[in-house]
Amino acid sequence: MMPAIEIKGLEHWFGKGELRRQILFDIDLSTAPGEIVILTGPSGSGKTTLLTLIGALRAVEQGSLRLFGRELRGASDDDRIAVRRRIGFIFQQHNLLGFLSARQNVEMALELDPTIDAGERRSLASVMLAKVGLGERLDHPPSKLSGGQKQRVAVARALVGNPDLVLADEPTASLDKVTGQEVATLIERLARERGASILLVTHDPRILGIADRIIAMEDGRIVNAAENPCD
Amino acid sequence: MRSIWLASRLAWRQLTHQPARLASAVAGVVFACLLVFMQLGFHDALFDSATSTARAIRGDIIMFSRQSETTSRTSGLPRARLMQALADPDVARVTPIYLGQVIWKNPETAVRRSIMVLGADPDSGVFALEGASAAAERLRQRDTLLFDAQSRPEYGPIGERLARGATTVEVANRTTEVVGLFRLGASFAADGNLLTSDVNFHRLVRDRMPDMVDVGAVFLKAGADVSAAKTRLQRLLPDDVRVMTRDEFIANERAYWANSAAIGFIFLFGVGMGLIVGFVIVYQILFTDVANHLSEYATLKAMGYSDHYLLAVVFSEALMLAALGFVPGLALSWWLFDVSADATFLPMLLRPDMAAFVFVLIFAMCAASGAVAVRKLRDANPADMF
Ligand SMILES: Nc1ncnc2c1ncn2[C@@H]1O[C@H](COP(=O)(O)OP(=O)(O)OP(=O)(O)O)[C@@H](O)[C@H]1O
Ligand SMILES: [Mg+2]
Repeated sequence: MMPAIEIKGLEHWFGKGELRRQILFDIDLSTAPGEIVILTGPSGSGKTTLLTLIGALRAVEQGSLRLFGRELRGASDDDRIAVRRRIGFIFQQHNLLGFLSARQNVEMALELDPTIDAGERRSLASVMLAKVGLGERLDHPPSKLSGGQKQRVAVARALVGNPDLVLADEPTASLDKVTGQEVATLIERLARERGASILLVTHDPRILGIADRIIAMEDGRIVNAAENPCD
Repeated sequence: MRSIWLASRLAWRQLTHQPARLASAVAGVVFACLLVFMQLGFHDALFDSATSTARAIRGDIIMFSRQSETTSRTSGLPRARLMQALADPDVARVTPIYLGQVIWKNPETAVRRSIMVLGADPDSGVFALEGASAAAERLRQRDTLLFDAQSRPEYGPIGERLARGATTVEVANRTTEVVGLFRLGASFAADGNLLTSDVNFHRLVRDRMPDMVDVGAVFLKAGADVSAAKTRLQRLLPDDVRVMTRDEFIANERAYWANSAAIGFIFLFGVGMGLIVGFVIVYQILFTDVANHLSEYATLKAMGYSDHYLLAVVFSEALMLAALGFVPGLALSWWLFDVSADATFLPMLLRPDMAAFVFVLIFAMCAASGAVAVRKLRDANPADMF
């Protein structure tokens, strides 16, 4: 089967001229479809940078990065936008649109797909919100939801379009322990239901349990790539 | 098409989310509309009234003294020139018109005030004025005249007095009878107008040499070529006469006021100020909408929304504000035009072409604000989201 992510010899720099500094060194990484990978490592080790490259949010400078078999190095802006539509993003902040209800926020992820009509969007979004436990709060604006509930809406938004890959950067960092764990389990369950791969960056040791594989980074390099010992 | 609809729906939801902010943005556009409409309204009204005398004169071709700049300050034209014009085979008749200022005494307050008087043969039908032809018979009598019902009120309530049968007034120290009303309107040059026969004109304006006229209105035979006749007349007549078509005569009158009084510039300035105020208000609203939601916009970009889509959202907001502001702006202006017309006695008219022009201006203003505000979208970088 074709790997979801296939990275070979990826390097990345930030800054220009004198200030130019290498952030990522010789990254090799492959994940299988449906695999849940957690990326850990100390602050500044380059986890977020790697995630944004995989998410086609940054241009690849050197090395090869294939997503669903498609090479991102040298990809045009339009190519990268097309790739992003197959990815569900979950950020540390929920970033919900404040002027839309929970359901309208989730529907935003479906509006990019012209084959889904308005009625279908509504029902898919409602079903998804019910799955994250917000079936009763479809029409609430984000301002009337708690932090954990908002992050659940963001999870629903990331997954409603059946993405092939979910990228999450510390999705539980702004939540308390219990809610954080709930949200992590939710991400895992929904991704497994849909067969989506996950790449999740976290510092939170309590959610490592959801991973098939844990990858540690240090100073811009992958230092180990082990099967999750918790499994 | 589909994404335009979705983008504008998103824009609409964003706009209507905070009604108070929407209201202040719309108020800004309404204000800009009002300013622009009022400036244009006064502009047109003043120019319309400035040319009202010229437009009141019928005739295919107008003869005017080379030294006259405007109908409100004429240099005389020898009457013989009018006779000379008759030599042209296409000319049917030439009517002399007399224009002058006389002192009118308000019959109620006895206050004296200068008033414009127009004189011509009552049977010539040379004045395109409501009420003028009907009164021809009465104007042929000695010391009779018509009073402009749209004169400023300082001349006295002449209409009311006529209804009561009080018709006697004092003009140029002569006891004269007002035999009816006509409608012309106040202008830059005249606060009020009188209309009388050529004979009565000379009774009122006595310092005028009888063989000098102010305007010659040339009527051509049916089917004659106006511009050809004009060229022939100009060649035929000595250089002290300016021969113009009626449209040129009106344009000349308009240009006189536009150029000599810098009035055009003043109004242009007012229109510009209105648009700038509106631009700034709309820009402010759109810019803060983008700036306050940068991470949300960046999230949309991460999800796969294109820059074009987000541009469409901001532009839709701009155009919606334009539409939302224009409608009440138009309605309010309509009302203010009436109020101003009553206060100034100027012909304030909100014509469809003016409304269309303001609509275009307001849309352009909002689109320009949108175009500047969307530059902030560049700061919404999805790579900075994590
Ligand atoms: N846009 C940028 N421009 C320049 N340098 C950057 C930029 N983003 C990150 N860096 C630098 O790259 C290095 C790696 O940053 P990155 O955000 O990938 O680390 P991280 O592993 O995600 O850290 P954390 O756990 O604190 O989120 C850091 O030294 C950071 O200062
Ligand atoms: Mg990070």
